[in-house]
Amino acid sequence: MKNRFVLVVFSVAMLVHAAMAQKPDRSAPPEPGSAPEFSVTAIQKFTLPNGLPVFLLEKHQVPLVQINLMVRAGTAMDPAGKSGLASMTALMMKEGAGKRDALTLADDIDYLGAQITSIAGQHAMAVRLQTPIERMDPALALFADIVLKPTFPAAELARKKTERLTALLQWRDEARTLGSIALNRTLYGDQHPYGIPSVGTETTLRAMTRDDCAQFHATWFKPNYAALIVVGDVTLKEMRQKLGAAFGSWKSGKGSAPALTAIKQVAGREIVLVDKPGAAQTEIRIGRIGVPRTTPDYYALVVMNTVLGGAFSSRLNLNLREEHGYTYGASSAFDFRPLPGPFLAASAVQTAVTDKALVEFMKELRGIRESISEAEVERARNYVALTYPSDFQTVAQIAGQVEEMVIYQLPDSYINDYIRNILSVTKEDVLRVARQTIDPDNIVVVLVGDKKIIEQPVKALDLGPIVGKTIDDVLGPAPVLEDKK
Amino acid sequence: MKQVLLLFLLLPISAAAQETKLSVPYSITTLPNGLTMILHEDHTTPTIAVNLWYHVGSGSEKPGRTGFAHLFEHLMFEGSGHVPEGKFDELLEKAGGENNGSTSTDRTNYWINVPSNALELALYLESDRMGYLPDAMTKDKVDGQRDVVKNERRQSYENRPYGMAGIILDENLFPPTHPYHWPTIGSMEDLAAASYEDVLEFFKKYYVPRNASLSIAGDIDPRLVRALVEKWFGEIPGGAAVAPVDAPPAFLAEEKRLMMEDKVSLPRLYMAWLSPRMFAPGDAELDLLANILAGGKNSRLYKRLVYDLQIAQDITSYQSSSALASTYMIIATARAGKTLGEIERVIQEELDRIVKEPPTRREVDRAVNQFESSYLSRLESVGGFGGKADQLNAYYVMTGNPDYFNEDLARYRAIDPQDISGYAATTLRNDARVVLSVVPNGKKELASGSAKEVKPQ
Repeated sequence: MKNRFVLVVFSVAMLVHAAMAQKPDRSAPPEPGSAPEFSVTAIQKFTLPNGLPVFLLEKHQVPLVQINLMVRAGTAMDPAGKSGLASMTALMMKEGAGKRDALTLADDIDYLGAQITSIAGQHAMAVRLQTPIERMDPALALFADIVLKPTFPAAELARKKTERLTALLQWRDEARTLGSIALNRTLYGDQHPYGIPSVGTETTLRAMTRDDCAQFHATWFKPNYAALIVVGDVTLKEMRQKLGAAFGSWKSGKGSAPALTAIKQVAGREIVLVDKPGAAQTEIRIGRIGVPRTTPDYYALVVMNTVLGGAFSSRLNLNLREEHGYTYGASSAFDFRPLPGPFLAASAVQTAVTDKALVEFMKELRGIRESISEAEVERARNYVALTYPSDFQTVAQIAGQVEEMVIYQLPDSYINDYIRNILSVTKEDVLRVARQTIDPDNIVVVLVGDKKIIEQPVKALDLGPIVGKTIDDVLGPAPVLEDKK
Repeated sequence: MKQVLLLFLLLPISAAAQETKLSVPYSITTLPNGLTMILHEDHTTPTIAVNLWYHVGSGSEKPGRTGFAHLFEHLMFEGSGHVPEGKFDELLEKAGGENNGSTSTDRTNYWINVPSNALELALYLESDRMGYLPDAMTKDKVDGQRDVVKNERRQSYENRPYGMAGIILDENLFPPTHPYHWPTIGSMEDLAAASYEDVLEFFKKYYVPRNASLSIAGDIDPRLVRALVEKWFGEIPGGAAVAPVDAPPAFLAEEKRLMMEDKVSLPRLYMAWLSPRMFAPGDAELDLLANILAGGKNSRLYKRLVYDLQIAQDITSYQSSSALASTYMIIATARAGKTLGEIERVIQEELDRIVKEPPTRREVDRAVNQFESSYLSRLESVGGFGGKADQLNAYYVMTGNPDYFNEDLARYRAIDPQDISGYAATTLRNDARVVLSVVPNGKKELASGSAKEVKPQ
């Protein structure tokens, strides 16, 4: 095997310096100078003749390209009684397209060394391609087939249904998954798409047909709901031609989204205890309804959450992990969506200290409303703002940032203004948004753990009524999968 | 400095060979105290990655102290001589930095990503814990992180479905005297026994410049960085050289058939073998084999078990390569009502088939093309786990050449399909493997074949 020559750079001056080896002054940490400027070259935009907008960023360091096609429809558009349809449609788009059946399609993608994923979020779906630039043309042809000409074979749907029902069975084993589902269900109810698992239920999955998928795709995969995002080792000129050839004949159309039930904020406190006998830890999820992504307080909320539970030195992690050793980590987050997504604080704690951990959670949720120091705000602000440039290293990262801009119709200057917007958040802003959004008197507390050990100590805290739930209550009865031929 | 995203083409494409030549230019220096320093410039974003490897992992632990190298890793974030407890993270967060560390059988790595203006802060913090950790160590800190690590074990192993299977497999693949026999996370009993004195002893022996390599990649001026590294690390005494971990070659002389109950709904089958150590002959061939068997919908095992027969929910195959030895795994979860026995029969048929006749050219090319793409995406980030700084350090430690990217990939490009069958025959033997059935509690009869029951500790 050929070995590369190892370049040894050894400066004589450095040797002399080292020989004298004076100790550096460690009495104070070196102060960083002013932060480096960061900006992204302009996003180049053009529109194909059929109205499909294209957002393109050239990035030439590595010979790769990322091409994302997104549509503004997702699991929130599942028709009544058909939960799981959007996410199944996304999955099925890769199970046969154009002239290729599922196996040929997968084999051809793998042969190119390309990756194509297809997923559904609540309000957007995306088909994403990453490929070495030298194989872009054949990869783009497969990608366009998946977007435009999925075939939805009935036999493939039958396979995917069993796979999903089996996954629903496996979820019963996972305390983390149970915790998240129980919290969403309690916050949003059984009628709102945010409240039910987006993969669907046994009933809706069994009733789903290939025509349902085909119709969902035909309704929402239209250029007037779509955008293309291209990041990588390409130029605008070549991509205008290639994308025009691949997507230019795509025709517009009109879909109608189902009306959604109103979202109601939590009133009072409710403790949901899901029994998981023998669990070594209790999964804690504390939540309430958060705020939509479009809120003018977005930047203040990001900074506030960083202080509370969004960084290692956040209050929740320092308290529950570093001070008390109850857990491997504790955190909080706002799940920002077009409609108010959940705010949640979460941890997995040793079973025996579940009650003590809850006391500390409540203390921190109360504390963030009461006072906050300038030093905490400065640290959180800098952490969010100054780590931001490192989110622009890979073509997939950059395309993801642009996806967010498209979904929320953020201004062109969004990326280049981000750091300044975060750095201008004040202590007063942070305290104000904490008081508006964090309210430990009106929350849902979900505990997934060993009921016989944790119930009495938690009851003694007198936080509110405890509703005992079984795994069946959270997920429905276990799917019946054996011998249903 | 003004940073934009449009800079250099680092990777000229060789048109003649139709093969992308990977290159990560670097310089390497050894400080007088023995610390190795690797530098690489990449100005894509104004970010610098500082990546430090100590050449000690769980493989160096003493009996009765399993999990100690990892517990020690946790203590490295709890303050040092000039950095009070909590300040390590606070100072970095305030500067827009991120950090983490990890422990494997062979090494412990630490990384700090900072905006390029905060490099000196990162070097100050990293050098202070290399030079002055004991000055700030207390029994309370050891106790505190002991509790955190016990919860890490609960979260990542005990309370996770099938979470104890990997520990059982290593215990049975490697003899008790082999450093890969015990888990990096350690046993609860040994974690409880770890003492303050152990911390001081471990630090003195292993956390010395001569036993470390520092890799710095990103938006750097190499001349400036060399001077800063010299300033902050130069004063630290080099320490004694650490002898490499000495272990007799591991081998299995039998098939072990085991069964374990767990809080799971579906049974899962694990088949595990010992395989050649990282970069040894056979290592790359077995990586390709794993892709041919279970990478993608048209791979052999996925197609038969999941797609055609629909008796498995999932199938995974991979080789986990390490310095002293590697392990090769095939893992499948049964669909409801299907048995691990029928799954194992199909896997065995496919293993027998690939031993007899080599994979097709297309199967091999399909796998190699996927490897090529993954090597390209590995060149995008400078920091964190698996970023360029980490990879340069890994290649340096394993091969002596930090920029081993192209040589590494060339191994896969050069493989003859017949060699894949050859290494499958010598490695994936029926008479030298561990077959573990993890079954739902109370359903021991679901194990594949006759199996000896094991209980995780």
